Amino acid sequence: MDNLVIAGKAYSSRLLVGTGKYKDFAETRAAVDASGAEIITVAIRRTNLGQNPDEPNLLDVLPPSQYTLLPNTAGCYTVDDAVRTLRLARELLDGHSLVKLEVLGDPKTLYPNMVETIKAAEILIKDGFQVMVYTSDDPIIARQLEEIGCIAIMPLASLIGSGMGILNPWNLQIIIDNASVPVLVDAGVGTASDAAIAMELGCDGVLMNTAIAAAQNPVLMASAMKKAVEAGREAYLAGRMAKKLYSASPSSPVSGTIASSDKKA
Amino acid sequence: MIQLIINGQPQRFPISNQTPPLKSGQNNATLNITQLLEHMALQGKRIAIERNGEIVPRSKYDQQVLTNGDRLEIVVAVGGG
Repeated sequence: MDNLVIAGKAYSSRLLVGTGKYKDFAETRAAVDASGAEIITVAIRRTNLGQNPDEPNLLDVLPPSQYTLLPNTAGCYTVDDAVRTLRLARELLDGHSLVKLEVLGDPKTLYPNMVETIKAAEILIKDGFQVMVYTSDDPIIARQLEEIGCIAIMPLASLIGSGMGILNPWNLQIIIDNASVPVLVDAGVGTASDAAIAMELGCDGVLMNTAIAAAQNPVLMASAMKKAVEAGREAYLAGRMAKKLYSASPSSPVSGTIASSDKKA
Repeated sequence: MIQLIINGQPQRFPISNQTPPLKSGQNNATLNITQLLEHMALQGKRIAIERNGEIVPRSKYDQQVLTNGDRLEIVVAVGGG
């Protein structure tokens, strides 16, 4: 089996999905199921004081017994906020230590602050967390994150929620070639071909949210992404043909045509 | 009454008088986290709590007696990417 192994656990799906921006929990669940994803990201937020106590809870819709929940630090701009958020997440999820760390540096671009991200990762790893880390596509930063003990490196393909696709495949390629932990493209995928391209580059997986949730038909797009990730993975494993400019090579036999070009003896 | 800062908002809660006053005359009526959650209709919900920057394990809710001015964060999982 060609499994994705994260922190020692094997997953048959290489597509990880977020749970934000859906119109309701029913759509969230339907999209998650159509995607085939086994690892699902969730955010941690203050409970609404005075809310309806019978309001449905995301964890009832996506029970931790059925999915590997990956709590994130979305919206955190400091080391302290990120670390506290994930400690709360670990308590919320009964000691679950697999987390997605992101420390943002700018509200307009949501670009990660890698100096703060590295500091937070060091604290979390020391505290026993298994850290999958959102990062810029800088190969040196990616290497440092691996060296300090992050268990998966998750570079952006383009800005979070932008749907701009794979903007720097060359950097991703360098990161993939040099990493000995899983590399997952996280952020920027807009449509199925983007996910396939990421996988063809040799990524171990793709994490996305908006590309599915903001599609006109999220459930259908979730299904498309599942296929794209599988197709891209198979294409990567199969090994693509070499590109040959000015070296056309017909697929059919060159000889034996009934062409009128036969030369009279 | 006891004042707590919950999720950044000041909130006041009545304290329990179930236990008799101490001989010294001090009022030992207290509010623990289990009782607070009952006041807030959050008992049994999938939440996590931080008190003054420290995680409070669920198993310790009964033992954590709140004091005036405590800062609590009460969080849930929500949709996110």
